[in-house]
Amino acid sequence: MPLAALAQNEARTAEAAEAPVVPDTTGVRAFLMSRGSGSVADSVFGVLMLVGALSLFVIVALIVWMLVHNSQLSIHAFGMRFFRSTNWDPVNGDFGALPFIYGTIVSSLLALVIAVPLSLAVAIFVLEICPIPLRGAISFLTELLAAIPSIVYGLWAVFVLVPLVRDKFGPILEKLLGWTGLFVEPNFGVGVFTAALILAVMIFPVISSISRDVMRAVPNHQREAALALGSTRWEMIRMGVLRNARIGIIGAIILGLGRALGETMAVTMVIGNHPDISKNLFNPAYTLSSVIANEFSEATGDLYLSALIEIGLALFLVTIVVNAVARLLVWVVTRGNTAKAV
Amino acid sequence: MGSSLNAPSRFRNGARTLTDRLVTGIAVFSTILVLLPLVAILGYLIYKGASSLNLAFFTKVPVPVGQSGGGMANSIVGSGIILLVASVIGIPLGIAAGVYLAEYGPGSWLGHVIRFTADVLNGVPSIVMGIVAYSLIVSKQHHFSALAGGIALAIMMVPTVTRTTEEMLATVPTALREAALGLGIPQWRTIVSVSLRAASPGIITGCMLAFARVAGETAPLLFTAFGNQFWSLNLNQPMAALPLQLYTYAVSPYDEWHRLAWAGALVLILLIMISVTLVRLFAARNSLAGGR
Repeated sequence: MPLAALAQNEARTAEAAEAPVVPDTTGVRAFLMSRGSGSVADSVFGVLMLVGALSLFVIVALIVWMLVHNSQLSIHAFGMRFFRSTNWDPVNGDFGALPFIYGTIVSSLLALVIAVPLSLAVAIFVLEICPIPLRGAISFLTELLAAIPSIVYGLWAVFVLVPLVRDKFGPILEKLLGWTGLFVEPNFGVGVFTAALILAVMIFPVISSISRDVMRAVPNHQREAALALGSTRWEMIRMGVLRNARIGIIGAIILGLGRALGETMAVTMVIGNHPDISKNLFNPAYTLSSVIANEFSEATGDLYLSALIEIGLALFLVTIVVNAVARLLVWVVTRGNTAKAV
Repeated sequence: MGSSLNAPSRFRNGARTLTDRLVTGIAVFSTILVLLPLVAILGYLIYKGASSLNLAFFTKVPVPVGQSGGGMANSIVGSGIILLVASVIGIPLGIAAGVYLAEYGPGSWLGHVIRFTADVLNGVPSIVMGIVAYSLIVSKQHHFSALAGGIALAIMMVPTVTRTTEEMLATVPTALREAALGLGIPQWRTIVSVSLRAASPGIITGCMLAFARVAGETAPLLFTAFGNQFWSLNLNQPMAALPLQLYTYAVSPYDEWHRLAWAGALVLILLIMISVTLVRLFAARNSLAGGR
C-alpha cells in the first residue's frame, strides 16, 4: 500500500513537471532541476516513516519477549499453581499470586462502583445540561485532574485520605454497613477501601472524558426527535443519548478498569501491602503492580525475580485484553461520527 | 419508549418533571463532588508545599535524616536529563509513525493495525515498561542506569505522540498537499514543509502532553534510574529523579522529609500544569487561526 501511494504520487510529480509550459513555471523548474526527481529522497523518507510506524510493533514484541523470556523460570517451576496458590514466601522460594490478583480485582472493581455513576453524571452534565461558558471550565478542570501524577495522588492519599477514612468515613461505614462484613474494625485507614477511593478519583477523568466523546458522537437529530415527542430533558438524555451511546460508554468504563488494574504508585502507598484475602474492605491488601513496585529492586535470586516478572506478564496480558475490548467498543460507536457531530 | 408516548396525564407530567429536576440535581451535585478532590489536592499542595520551598530546595542535594536544610537540586536536574533522553528517542519515533499513519496509510489495513496497537499500548501499565527496560538494559549491565529509565519513558511517549501527530495531520486540508505536489514538489518535501508545518502547533501540543504525562511517572523509574542521593550526571549510573525522591520521602517516617515531599510535589505539579496550560493556550490560538 505505501509503495502504491508513493508510485502514485511520483506519477503526479512527473505529470506536473511535464505539464504544458506556463510562463510562471521557470522558478519551479529551476527548483526541480536543483532537486533532481526526488524519487530517491521520497523512497528513503517513506521507508523512514514506515520504520517509525513499525517501531510500535517492535515495542509490543519487545515487551512480550522480555516478559515471557524472563519469567520462564517461574512458569516452569509453578505452572498454573502460580495463579491459585496464596503462598508468597521469598525465603523458601515458593510463590503464588492469588492474593495479588484478588487485591487488584477487588480494589479496581470497587473503584469502578464509585467512579462510574459520578463520571457519567458529570459527562451528562457537561454535555447536555451545563451552560456553554461553564463547559470549557469543567473540561479544563477534568483535564487537570488527569494531569496530576500518580505519585502526587499517593502523597495526598497518605496524608489526607488515610486519616479521613480512619477517623471520619470508617466509623460511619461501620455503623451503616458493618452487618455486611465488608466494613469491620479494626480500621487503620490503609486498606482496600482507601485504595479504591483514590483509584476512583484517578480513573474518573478517563471514563468521563471518553463517555463524553461517545455521547457527543450521537447525532443531534436523536435529541431533537426525543424533544419533539415531548420528552423532558432527562428522558431525552436517557432515550436519545444514553441508549445510542451505551456500547461506547461500556467501552469507556472498561478503559477506566484497565487504568485501575495497572495503577501502581498511589495504590502502593495506601493499600497496606499485605498479601491477605479478606472480605473486609478495611483490611490491608496487595496488588499485582504494588508487589512489583515494592519487591522488584530488592528481589534476590533468579526465581524470585522471575516470579515478579510473571506477575508483570499477567498484568500486561490482562490490560492488553481489557484495552483491546474497550477500544473496539469505543471505535464501533465513534467511527466516522466524531467529526460530523461536534 | 412506548409508555412515554401515551397521552400524559397531569400527574404523570408532574412525576416526569420531578424526575428531570432530580436528575439535573444529581448531575450538578456529582460534578461538584468530583471536582472537590482536585481543589483539595491543589489547596493542600500549595498550603503544605509553599512553606517548604526556598532557595536551598533548588540548589542543594538531599541531607541525611536529622539534619535540616537540603534540597532536591539533583532530582530536578536528573528528571530533566531522563526526560530529555525519553523525548529524544520517543518523539521522533512517534512523529514518524504519525506521519506514516496520516500520509501513507490512512485507509490501509496496516494503518488500522498500527493505530490499534498504539491505542492498546497506551493502556499498558507503566510498571510493565519498567520491567522491560530493566530486562533490556539493567539486567545485562548488572547496575541501574538513567538510560534505562529514559528508555522506559520513551516507550510510553511513542503511542501518545503517534496518535496526536496523526490526528493533527488529518486536519490539514488535502488541497494544501495537492497544491504542493502539483507544483512538482517531491512528496517528502510536501510532508515536511507543508503538512507538518501546517500541523506543527497541534503536534507540539501532543508532544508536550506526552512529556507532561511521563514527567510524573514513578513506577517505570523504580528499578531503572533507581534514584540517587548525590549528584550524578552519568547516564550509565543510577540517577535521582523528582518523582522517585518524592516517593522515598513520602513513605519515610520523618516529618522533615514529609515537608520536602510536599514541596517536591508542588514543584512537579507546577511544572506539569504550566506545560499543560501553555499547551491549551497554544492549541486555542491554533484553532482560531484554523477557523479563519
